[in-house]
Amino acid sequence: MIADGVEDEEKWLAAGIAGLQQNAFYMHRALDSNNLRDALKYSAQMLSELRTSKLSPHKYYELYMRAFDELRKLELFFKEETRRGCSIIDLYELVQHAGNILPRLYLLCTVGSVYIKSKEAPAKDVLKDLVEMCRGIQHPVRGLFLRSYLSQVSRDKLPDIGSEYEGDADTVMDAVEFVLQNFTEMNKLWVRMQHQGPAREKEKREKGRSELRDLVGKNLHVLSQIEGVDLDMYKDTVLPRVLEQVVNCKDELAQFYLMDCIIQVFPDEYHLQTLEVLLGACPQLQPSVDIKTVLSRLMERLSNYAASSAEVLPEFLQVEAFSKLNNVIGKVIEAQVDMPIFGAVTLYSSLLTFTLHVHPDRLDYADQVLGACVKKLSSKGKLEDSRATKQIVALLSAPLEKYNDVVTALKLSNYHHVMEYLDNETNKIMATVIIQSIMKNNTRISTADKVEALFELITGLIKDLDGNHEEVDEDDFKEEQNSVARLIQMLHNDDPVEMYKIICTVRRQFMTGGPKRLPFTIPPLVFSSLKLVRRLQGQDEGQDENPFGDESLTTPKKIFQLLNQTIEVLSTVPAPELALQLYLQCAEAANDSDLEPVAYEFFTQAYILYEEEVSDSKAQVTALHLIIGTLRRMHVFGIENRDTLTHKATGYSAKLLKKPDQCRAVYSCAHLFWVDDQDNMKDGERVLICLKRALRIANAAQQMSNATRGSTGSVTLFVEILSKYLYFFEKGNPQVTAAAIQSLIELINTEMQSDSSTPDPAADAFFASTLRYIQFQKQKGGAIGERYEAIKM
Amino acid sequence: MVLVLAIGDLHIPHRAADLPPKFKSMLVPGKIQHIICTGNLCIKEVHDYLKSLCPDLHITRGEYDEDSRYPETKTLTIGQFKLGICHGHQVIPWGDLDSLAMLQRQLDVDILITGHTHQFKAYKHEGGVVINPGSATGAYSSFTYDVNPSFVLMDIDGLRVVVYVYELIDGEVKVDKIDFKKTATTRSSH
Repeated sequence: MIADGVEDEEKWLAAGIAGLQQNAFYMHRALDSNNLRDALKYSAQMLSELRTSKLSPHKYYELYMRAFDELRKLELFFKEETRRGCSIIDLYELVQHAGNILPRLYLLCTVGSVYIKSKEAPAKDVLKDLVEMCRGIQHPVRGLFLRSYLSQVSRDKLPDIGSEYEGDADTVMDAVEFVLQNFTEMNKLWVRMQHQGPAREKEKREKGRSELRDLVGKNLHVLSQIEGVDLDMYKDTVLPRVLEQVVNCKDELAQFYLMDCIIQVFPDEYHLQTLEVLLGACPQLQPSVDIKTVLSRLMERLSNYAASSAEVLPEFLQVEAFSKLNNVIGKVIEAQVDMPIFGAVTLYSSLLTFTLHVHPDRLDYADQVLGACVKKLSSKGKLEDSRATKQIVALLSAPLEKYNDVVTALKLSNYHHVMEYLDNETNKIMATVIIQSIMKNNTRISTADKVEALFELITGLIKDLDGNHEEVDEDDFKEEQNSVARLIQMLHNDDPVEMYKIICTVRRQFMTGGPKRLPFTIPPLVFSSLKLVRRLQGQDEGQDENPFGDESLTTPKKIFQLLNQTIEVLSTVPAPELALQLYLQCAEAANDSDLEPVAYEFFTQAYILYEEEVSDSKAQVTALHLIIGTLRRMHVFGIENRDTLTHKATGYSAKLLKKPDQCRAVYSCAHLFWVDDQDNMKDGERVLICLKRALRIANAAQQMSNATRGSTGSVTLFVEILSKYLYFFEKGNPQVTAAAIQSLIELINTEMQSDSSTPDPAADAFFASTLRYIQFQKQKGGAIGERYEAIKM
Repeated sequence: MVLVLAIGDLHIPHRAADLPPKFKSMLVPGKIQHIICTGNLCIKEVHDYLKSLCPDLHITRGEYDEDSRYPETKTLTIGQFKLGICHGHQVIPWGDLDSLAMLQRQLDVDILITGHTHQFKAYKHEGGVVINPGSATGAYSSFTYDVNPSFVLMDIDGLRVVVYVYELIDGEVKVDKIDFKKTATTRSSH
């Protein structure tokens, strides 16, 4: 059916064009032979094609354009005629004899154009006559095109200021009056289209109307181009009349289009100065008009206007632009009860953007907007509509982008209230946006208060929100928590007292996070605290630690207490390996602060964890490496404490599950008894005991291997032990003798050559390069060379 | 000319938020043929970032690494050189060059790349070269109070390797270079 319709239309259009062209042909002949009668006759016939009702606006336009072109030639002819002596007034009268009204009026307008040019009558009189005569066509499509024609031919003949048509009788006012009247009539015709025809063709009609809208809008464009229309005339005459028509026509399509047109076509300066009037029309429009888009566009234009030059900014203040916009938005939202929540939020979002551009220093305005938004949201509760949540995210992101500084956004008291209305998912997204903004701009958050405020905003990431029992994707969760961890690096203040407050605030917040979050959040907190300890050490060496000293002083001791309590919490996760590592870090820091009891306490905690919680063999090996390595670096311990800890460490080493691990741990313990820069820490005997023990373990490992696998394992362990012997030999440990080394070398050789040994090229290479090392050292000369001389190979 | 990036001990996000911007702008994909990482990244995001710089990525495990599957040590051959990687917390005493030299002999490599101390070191001994690229983020270290972000770029060309160390000192990137030549006789072909 529709396909048929289109086909038919094509046929009709083709027929119309054919008819038009045929008559045009004869018209040209008449023009060439100066035959006025025939010219009029054929032009009228030609124009009759425009009387059709069968074409859609789109097709009618094609026909119209051809007619338009032909009429230009006719107009030229008329001009020639008047020069040849024909009276224009007679001509004006003559064309009115055309049979049908539509051709008659097209011809009249054409002659009218020449008439005005001749200046035989005031322009305003001719224009007035024409615009009224056009009333004769009440059919919407035909009427619109006719009036559009009138507008086109009269365009350059309006009695504007400085135009040749201005005179005593003619003023700009007349030009304006003419255009306004044409506009009004055109709008009426356009609106009438909506109600023509059956209800089922409504969509088709609306499409047709859409195609014609520019014809109506053109009039506004013409008005904006009239030089004489200054701010006063716009304010007093043009805008009120246009708005009157817009409001009274009560047509949704027209209202939306025309409001937008006004905004786009007239200068921003005018809009500012007539803001009240313009906005006053908004609540009067049909409820179904998408007023939020109109207002958003207006605010966008004004924002750009504000951005264009700083000089215009005072104007905004002078007209109280912000409060006017704020008011009208409030009124519109109140009036349009059915407006979905996302519409309201979009309006506030546009207003906020406007405010940020025009009044960047007025945080109170921005806060006002957010407050109004909160008020609206409070009637709805948590949002379900995803469009609305998207708009809220846009709303909240705007201040972040504008100020590039979260700290400023934190000053907006309503900011976090808005966030409360987001569903949990979006809340977390927004929190992530905030953190990203901080990271991107390298913003430092420098006081405990600001940190507190910030954490309130990102609370969705810090702890489980009420009613949040949904399964979170593990990877997403990790990413979130890692971003929180990164955030901690941005919280900083050079003043240790304030920094300590920040750390306490963060700690308090993290404690509410629950076991899943602690492994992510505690480590950065711990390291932040350790950095503070370092700074305090640097600051005042003579810390006042006396019993009557100032309790409120921030001291390393205080921080270590806090750390102890903090790391303790990891047991609820449980995360023993992580806690152990952190305890050891703290122990080293306490060591650097010369706090022996504190360091000892941390070691105790670490050891307890090792004994009771670390059960995985691989984890034990790592943990023990860290324990031994850390213990070796400690210089703060007195003999007793050191002995206890060392004894335990060696004990753990010997009890590791796998023999190779045992062996390695034990020979590492040898280093605990020999520290280069501390002379009282060079216990040669205990070193040797460790090395011998390691050797015994290695032997046992070989025997076990023989027993269970029928062959001894590789000699790698022996070579490692040999290397350790060499190490202490070089350091001058008298207990490690050249003889011992020699016999160890022999042992290795024997093991390697035995029948039951497994060939191991790596171990062979290792042994070979170790022997090479001994040779190299022998050739070194000096004390080293001498010592190595003793080793016979 | 083969470029090898040696980098490690970033400790993201526990001790640092990200690489220094000046380093990030220098490390662009496509320029480096191999990456050797001593460990303690600590999270997958950092792994992915390094992978984006160069697909040939070799990592050993640091004690804070999230992924526990990284190996304790690794060896690989690039051109004429054998390289070994180990984070270093396993070698006691930490940072002790003699003990590291022992590990080097054990792994039978010309160049040993190791970390943990967050201090740049390039040390030549009879058995080869030990290189510590330091911490790329200048992360807190119990070892030293003065950590400048640093990383190492090795240019391996035949029997010669030029070690470029990039350090961020007071906001400026300082570059230093050290030359090492491998004598053909040091490594025998067993």
